[in-house]
Parts: sequence; C-alpha cells; structure tokens
Amino acid sequence: MIVARTGNEAMAEAMRQINPDVVAAYPITPATEIVQLFSKFVNDGLVDTEFVPVESEHSACSACVGASASGARVMTSTSSQGLALMHEILFIAAGLRLPITICLVNRSLSSPINIHCDHSDTMASRDAGWLQIYTENAQEAYDTTIQLVKIAEQALLPGIASTDAFIISHGMERVELIDDKEVPKFLGERKLNYSLLDVDNPITLGPLDLQDYFFEHKRSEIDAMDNVLPIIEKVQKEFGDKFGRYYPIVDEYKMDDAEVAILVMGSTGGTAKVTVERMREKGKKVGLVRARVYRPFPKDAMTKALSKPKVVGVMDRSDTMSTLGGHLYNDARSILYKSDKQPLMKNYIYGLGGRDISIEEIEAIYGQLFDIQKSGEVDKDVVYFGVRGE
Amino acid sequence: MKKEKEGWKDLPIGLVLGAATCLNFETGDWRSEKPIWDSEKCTHCLLCWIYCPDSSIIVKDGKVQGIDYKYCKGCGICAEECPPKVKAITMVREEK
Amino acid sequence: MALLEIRWHGRGGQGAKTAALLIGDAAVETGKYIQAFPEYGPERMGAPVFAFNRIADEPILQHCGIKTPQIVVVLDPTLMETVDVTEGLPEDGVVLVNSQKSAEEIKKQLGLTSQKVYVVDASKISKEILDRDLPNTPMLGALIKASRLLEFEPMLASVQNRLKKKFPNRPEVVQGNIKAIKRAYEEVGV
Repeated sequence: MIVARTGNEAMAEAMRQINPDVVAAYPITPATEIVQLFSKFVNDGLVDTEFVPVESEHSACSACVGASASGARVMTSTSSQGLALMHEILFIAAGLRLPITICLVNRSLSSPINIHCDHSDTMASRDAGWLQIYTENAQEAYDTTIQLVKIAEQALLPGIASTDAFIISHGMERVELIDDKEVPKFLGERKLNYSLLDVDNPITLGPLDLQDYFFEHKRSEIDAMDNVLPIIEKVQKEFGDKFGRYYPIVDEYKMDDAEVAILVMGSTGGTAKVTVERMREKGKKVGLVRARVYRPFPKDAMTKALSKPKVVGVMDRSDTMSTLGGHLYNDARSILYKSDKQPLMKNYIYGLGGRDISIEEIEAIYGQLFDIQKSGEVDKDVVYFGVRGE
Repeated sequence: MKKEKEGWKDLPIGLVLGAATCLNFETGDWRSEKPIWDSEKCTHCLLCWIYCPDSSIIVKDGKVQGIDYKYCKGCGICAEECPPKVKAITMVREEK
Repeated sequence: MALLEIRWHGRGGQGAKTAALLIGDAAVETGKYIQAFPEYGPERMGAPVFAFNRIADEPILQHCGIKTPQIVVVLDPTLMETVDVTEGLPEDGVVLVNSQKSAEEIKKQLGLTSQKVYVVDASKISKEILDRDLPNTPMLGALIKASRLLEFEPMLASVQNRLKKKFPNRPEVVQGNIKAIKRAYEEVGV
C-alpha cells in the first residue's frame, strides 16, 4: 500500500505491524509521535502489546531489559536526552544480550538546548554494544525498523534504527507499506535460549561478575558484534527478496569511477546523491558512500568503498570533542591505516543542531575535494563547514 | 583440586547462570567456630531457623533436628538469637 | 512532471503545515512522489511560519530546505509587510495570496514583474462557509486551479478522506471544507 507518511508515522506503523509483546517508553521531542501513535494503536486494540508508560527513559530502558529477559519481543523509542538518560541501561541490555529495538530520532544533545538534528546522541552511545543503523528517508526508516527486530533477535544484540530529527521524523514522504499480515510472517517468533518466566528451568541472570569471568563475558559480547554483519546481510536480502526493496550495509553511489567522494550518514545521503547527479551531468566524476550500518563498523565493505577514489571528504554531523574531528572520520581513517590505497581525507563537521545543508554546499565540498586531488595535499584535516566566523 | 575455568566460547550467552548454584558451593569448611545444638534444652521456637543466613538449621515438622554442617559457616547468629533462658546453642572452636 | 517546490507562508494556527500535508497526501494518491514538511521553531499562535512541498514523478532524494520555490502560497496578506514572501522566487514563479485585493494590486505591492500572481479571498470564503477564518483549505482549491499540479476531483476526494479521519463525528466540518475548496477553485483570479 502506498501512503504519505512522516518518518515518525512510518516507524509507528512498523511497530504496529511488528506487534511487539512489550513497549515501555517515555515521550521526547522529536520522537514523541512514535510513542503517541503507538499508544493509540494499543488503545484501539490494533496491537496486543503490553504498553508501559514509565516515568523516565531510564525506567523505559530498564523495563525493556526486564521484559526482554522474560522472552518478550520488546521495542521502545527515544531521542537525544532520552537516549542519554538510558545510557547506563544500554550497556546492561547489550551485556545481557537482549535484542531490544529502539526507534530513535537523531537530535542534538544539550547544551545549548536544541531540538533539531545532529548525530551526537547516538554517537555518544556508540560504544554501548548496540547495533546502529542510520536511515536516509521515511521508507528506509520503516523498512529498517522491521529488519532490525529480526537482526537483533538472531544476533542477540540490541539495536537502534534512527532517522534525522524533523528532516525525516516530521517530513512527509511517499512510503510503501508492507501488508499487515506479512510483517509477523517475515519476523517469525522470537527464539529463546532462556526465559526468566520459565519456572521449570530456573536461571540466574546478570550476577556479579568479577576478575575471573567478566573479561570472558565481554569477549563474548564483542564476538557477537564481530559476527553480526553476515546476519544483517542475510536479513536485508530476505527482506529484499520478499518485499522488493534491497538495502546494502554500505550504500555506494556512483563510486566505480569516482575520483573524489563524500562519506556521509542519514538524510544528507539523499541530498548528496542529487548533488552527485548534477555534477555528473557536468562531467565531474564524483561519488558517494553512505554509512547505513554504523555499529558494528563494516570494515571490509567500507575499506573497499573508500579505496576507490583519490580523495574522500567525510561529513560528520557530530564532533568527538577530542580535537580529532568527527566520529565517522575517525573510524574511516582508522580502517585505512593499513590500506595500500589510502585516499587523501578531509573531515567536514556540518549541520550541528539542525543547520541545513544544501545541494550547493555539498557541491562546494566536492569542489574542495577536487582541489585537494590537484594539489595532492590536505591543507587542514578537520574543518567546521557552514559555521559563521570560520 | 582446582577446577579449570571455561574460556569465553564455552560460557552461556548473555551472562546467564543456572539457578541455585550455591548448593554446589559447600561453605561448611569456612568455619572456625561450630554451633552445638542441645536437643534437651531446645524449645523449638525456631528463632535460629529464621535468622540463619545459610539455611543451615535443619527443621522437620516444625521441630529443629540439628545443624547442616555442610553449609554452616559458623557465624554464630543462631547461638546469639537463641533466647537467654534457653541457651540451646553454644559455639565451640573447630580447632582440634 | 519535473520537481516542483512550493513554499507556504502562514501564521501559527492558520494551518500552513496541514495544507502542505493535505496536498502531499493527495499527490501521493495520484501516484506522485512528495515531501511535505514545516519549518519548526517555537510554535506560537500568530507567529510567521513556513511549510514546504516537493512534488515530482520520480523519487525525491534531497532533504535540504527549499530556497527557490516555483510556487509561493501566502495564507495571510499581512505577512507580506514583514516577511519577504517572494524570496528565491524565479522569474517564472507563481504567487498565490489570500487577499481582498486584486492580483494587479498584489503584484504591485510585492514589486513583481514577470511572475504570475493569483488572488482569492480565502478568509471571506472560510468565514462565510465555516464561520471561522481558516484560509488553508480554500487555498488548496486555489492552488490546484493556479498550478494544475493535480487533477481537481482526485485532490478533493483525498482531502475529504483525510478530513473524515480527522473529524469522524463532525461531517459538517468535512463538508464545509470541501465546499470552501470548491468555491476558492472557482473564484481564484489572476
């Protein structure tokens, strides 16, 4: 069914079709609508979900942990400060290997207070052991939400599917919805290796784990991250075969003969694709790489993609506050350390707090990358693009 | 005597342990003092049974039967809680 | 149809966002690709607000703001005194204003030469039919007439469906809005 939906509406529709056993959530701009719409679905009897309206995101994530450990299929939704408040529980969910899914809207973190898009909220949680998939538009947000439930349950890892605040969350687009009956069929039942509610097979969950075992348990968690990419690929393919929309781990656009390329995440990927088209019409060999799956970082696919052009401009909608540039830039630079095809690389921190990025501005970045290609030198590794006073 | 600990690949996924694993852990050898129960003096008020942190007071049909030395750590709470007028439990040194 | 970009000017509470969503919804139902998005700031009744549409036959990939819209719709004529409503409008652009004045007068007021100006008194229509000044739905009718971006009847059916969902127990509101759209469609003048 083809409909017009905002990103938030699309994610709420996905949650309705997934029909999770438990949703515990606390509303926050700009993700409020997801929970609000879903609570209406609960009220209208469209889902069988036990909806837990908690008093904070910390409680939301905690309730999700308990419910997931009991064997339930569990989802929640949040953004920005809400994710920050969940922070300590994020690590617990991952350590206990509970496949919880968060429909997240990327919003900047205070201070200064702001409700618009950047990626600093999820970036601050990138080491929590959660899968992170950044989507480009409402359709991808909807599709990814469904895929992620299955990926998380197979990998026994929690995951975040995210959209850009307002740009996608509140922007209405054409979205193709899957038939209601098909989504549960695609997902199947959650397979359990244990359940807290199984009284015939009692277990102890999350005991104190000291010097003698803690490291082994962490190592096992890291191993799950190491092995999740084939699971993501498999689920993406199954999804494509069934519903006709295929997604890559790393989204390459016109990269085969690209001399210079941009690496980016989220909705800017779309704007950059239009820029690539316009520049290609003028004969400029430009390409685009969009990091869709960010955690785990798809080392091999990303190395392959970034080894093609001579110059790469990495666009980060967040800063590490380490004086070393943005998160994506640091990951991209790191994987190319041993590559014999290292492109020249420049980091563009852009769009913080929702500042718009236009086609013309991305065209200007490509122009700078061509200058770097010509001179063979990167004058400044990290620049702040679109900020006044630079 | 010492058991080899498992490597990370052999651990159950998700920080899960079996239940009631303390049953496999015989804490009786932690004792430096040992409670001695006197069946003649005991009034079967069960205060010792209530307070024992290691469930080591053996009770059957509401009557104290003795002390489970497999798990009793010799903390002495039972002797302390036994009413002064009864004094059915006394602590003695383990050292032989 | 090549990519068409529309900018809606209104005041908080006048329904600029709703209008953009309604036209987006209607365009999707006729098989088009769309975007409809407001510019979010502090939301206050009466403050100048913007909403935007992109409409095309092909998938729309860009997610940047709209700076050079081909069509500008002004829901409140007083905005023209404080907001540069024609900013970024190309030479062959279209301006549609809710006003009691004539198109010629508006053209002069905005200092336009080559652009086409359409005028309809949407506030009057709304007050007469709905007893309230809600210019957004009548302006939809005027927009379709001025731009021909969609067929009128399917747009009307789509708006009716959406309003029915929004006001399930108030058929008079749905009918009133439809009537207002039809009247504005007929009355809009160049």
